[in-house]
Amino acid sequence: MAKPTSPAGKAKLQTVTAASNVATPEQMLQFYKDMLLIRRFEEKAGQLYGMGLIGGFCHLYIGQEAVVTGVQSVLQPKDSVITAYRDHGHMLACGMDPKGVMAELTGRSGGYSKGKGGSMHMFSREKNFYGGHGIVGATAPLGIGLAFAHKYRGDGGITTAYYGDGAANQGQIYESYNMASLWKLPIIFIIENNKYGMGTSQKRHAAGDFLKRAEGFDIPGEKTDGMDVLAVRSAALKVVEHVRGGEGPMVLEVSTYRYRGHSMSDPGKYRSKEEVEDMREHHDPIEHIRKTILDGGKMTEDAFKPIDKEIKAIVNEAAEFAQTSPEPDPSELWTDVLL
Amino acid sequence: MSIQILMPALSPTMTEGKLSKWVKKEGDAVKAGQVIAEIETDKATMEVEAVDEGVIGKILVPEGTEGVAVNTPIAVLLEEGEDAADAASAEPVEVASSPCSMPACPPQAAAPSHAPVQTVVDIDEEKFFKNVQTMTVREALRDAMAEEMRRDGDVFVMGEEVAEYQGAYKVTQGLLQEFGDKRIIDTPITEYGFAGLGVGAAFAGLKPIVEFMTFNFAMQAIDHIVNSAAKTLYMAGGQLGCPIVFRGPNGPASRVGAQHSQCYASWYGHVPGLKVIAPWSGADAKGLLKSAIRDPNPVVCLENEIMYGQSFEVPTDPEFVIPLGKAKIERAGTDVTITAFSRMVGVALAAAERLAEEGISAEVINLRTIRPLDVETIANSVRKTNRLVSVEEGWYFAGMGAELAAQMMEVCFDDLDAPVTRVYGADVPMPYAANLEKLALPQEEDIITAAKKVAYAA
Ligand SMILES: Cc1ncc(C[n+]2csc(CCOP(=O)(O)OP(=O)(O)O)c2C)c(N)n1
Ligand SMILES: [Mg+2]
Repeated sequence: MAKPTSPAGKAKLQTVTAASNVATPEQMLQFYKDMLLIRRFEEKAGQLYGMGLIGGFCHLYIGQEAVVTGVQSVLQPKDSVITAYRDHGHMLACGMDPKGVMAELTGRSGGYSKGKGGSMHMFSREKNFYGGHGIVGATAPLGIGLAFAHKYRGDGGITTAYYGDGAANQGQIYESYNMASLWKLPIIFIIENNKYGMGTSQKRHAAGDFLKRAEGFDIPGEKTDGMDVLAVRSAALKVVEHVRGGEGPMVLEVSTYRYRGHSMSDPGKYRSKEEVEDMREHHDPIEHIRKTILDGGKMTEDAFKPIDKEIKAIVNEAAEFAQTSPEPDPSELWTDVLL
Repeated sequence: MSIQILMPALSPTMTEGKLSKWVKKEGDAVKAGQVIAEIETDKATMEVEAVDEGVIGKILVPEGTEGVAVNTPIAVLLEEGEDAADAASAEPVEVASSPCSMPACPPQAAAPSHAPVQTVVDIDEEKFFKNVQTMTVREALRDAMAEEMRRDGDVFVMGEEVAEYQGAYKVTQGLLQEFGDKRIIDTPITEYGFAGLGVGAAFAGLKPIVEFMTFNFAMQAIDHIVNSAAKTLYMAGGQLGCPIVFRGPNGPASRVGAQHSQCYASWYGHVPGLKVIAPWSGADAKGLLKSAIRDPNPVVCLENEIMYGQSFEVPTDPEFVIPLGKAKIERAGTDVTITAFSRMVGVALAAAERLAEEGISAEVINLRTIRPLDVETIANSVRKTNRLVSVEEGWYFAGMGAELAAQMMEVCFDDLDAPVTRVYGADVPMPYAANLEKLALPQEEDIITAAKKVAYAA
């Protein structure tokens, strides 16, 4: 079998940093908006959870916004996206309506799944967003299935399948690597490495290096800083070129951090306050892009105010809708079991 | 306008908690995401973060207060330009309960225990039997796939040894030659992975036929069959279907021991969102599998290795499709109803033959579809015979017989003249020794004994 041509061997040593011209000022501002929308949406979801309006499991994406924002910025509408249960950010980044997402969180009929899916299970055929899955690791085989369909149809689309550092230990990930590499499926496996699978740190749950595992299947990989949206975008551009070019799958490991607990009821005893505080204060992805924009000199502090207001209004509108949309009709209990 | 900060619920079960510490004091500025207080819940101590930006105008619940109900205002946050006077009017309020947390919602009227039965349009099967060809079940299954693949370019077959080897049990013989390796795909031995791949491809609108070398190995993949294939349509509020067929031999073969001899009918039959079929004859195999491939839902097709080599007359018309959800009366009778599926249909028919010699007229029903089960056909038969013997190779506990007994009690209890009686595989892992294996599996004699017992003829 041919050796991987792409710099897989070097990837583990080098991290892709932000290329200087990777985004225009307009694009950077868009990334700021996109990330802020996710941040404010998630804070609002946390608040609604606190009010008892959202139940069950609710996994917030706060801190990780740059990952999906950077990756989605290089995709095309025909590409497919699939992720696990920490999915609100991915849906917003795919262009799904915040109202429909929030209303699903509150279990209302106006939600994307009519209130029958919940926080972990939402889908949009229109946006090629395929969920929203609660089984850790499942996004890899389901993702290669979506990629298989792109290849079967020859439609030029690719798939991004997201999963966490904890999920990276599931056997089905490696079954998927094998088939994706064998059949050169157009898929990017994106490891959102936030250093913890629930309360277990990467040090305690994963042997070796994630990209080296992929190397064993002749799948090249890249690493990047998930707290810097421009770095993520730079890495994603490289990876997408390879995958869309028909060269087969790639793995993109994005180093990131979640500020909040694993889900709402996680007291977070497995990491120090200082660790979390340090990430928030010194590595926040939204602050980072804001500063980059300000340093560029094209925008002033004041110019951000109307944007922040606009985002807040979108989120408040979503929250309002999520509380006023009626609960699903009892007859909905019996629908959508079979077609 | 000032904003009330409410006592949050920090876990799905929390109703009240102790406000153990204020991290911010009155007059402090806070930003969204900053920790303002610590709360002890029923499980742990957790931090409360500000959702909005502003200045803490007034603390309404002092630290150290126990039993603060969820949603009680605990502080007032002033927005830009407001002063403490705005907060002064705020009084601590008791908020009775959360707006619509699960327990607070009014209980719904008692719902029925299962979904309304869909009506299935039956076909005039006799008509199709005017033109038949004798072939093995193996060939019938192959022809079903080939015909559907000719009809629909989205249909493809994947599994272990399905292509170059022509099928571990030669069911996919010739398909690679006709359809090429784009549509007939040899997979690595990786059931969890390729079942998931199939489901993902079906989400995207393709129509995969996923072959398991046997259903014993599908246990590695059952997560994707149940969690991904069966549930997604519902979880997606009807947006995302999963038109996929999982097929392969099920149940005991011959002398292959415990890990290769197990019936999964009741396992998959348990799952809403799946359809499950279990063909017996060549016509069943062809007609049911073709229906399964055309069906927009995930279908589990439980075949039987021993049946693969048996020959039957099979209709040649490519439009011969058997509706899913319809049982077939294979032999009419008046004294006792015997239900069976897959290989046991043949055994039940042989038993019925011998019962007839002893003057007992047995009606044999071939279930064909396990889910949705054709309760109507079975109940109508029981209304006539007033007796039911259920036959299966699987274990009895929570098995098909248990289900049939329950359903008959629900729909035609008054018509039963004897308890529903079950004939099933012995409640042990399958033994290897020839004599023990025979003892473990239902035999003609067992069915005869059971039929006589319910007919009070023993
Ligand atoms: C197969 C399976 N096992 C266990 C769980 C429970 N669980 C949910 S999330 C999680 C941790 C996953 O961590 P990671 O993959 O790093 O993702 P993150 O939550 O950090 O985004 C666990 C153990 C599950 N959902 N599925
Ligand atoms: Mg993680």
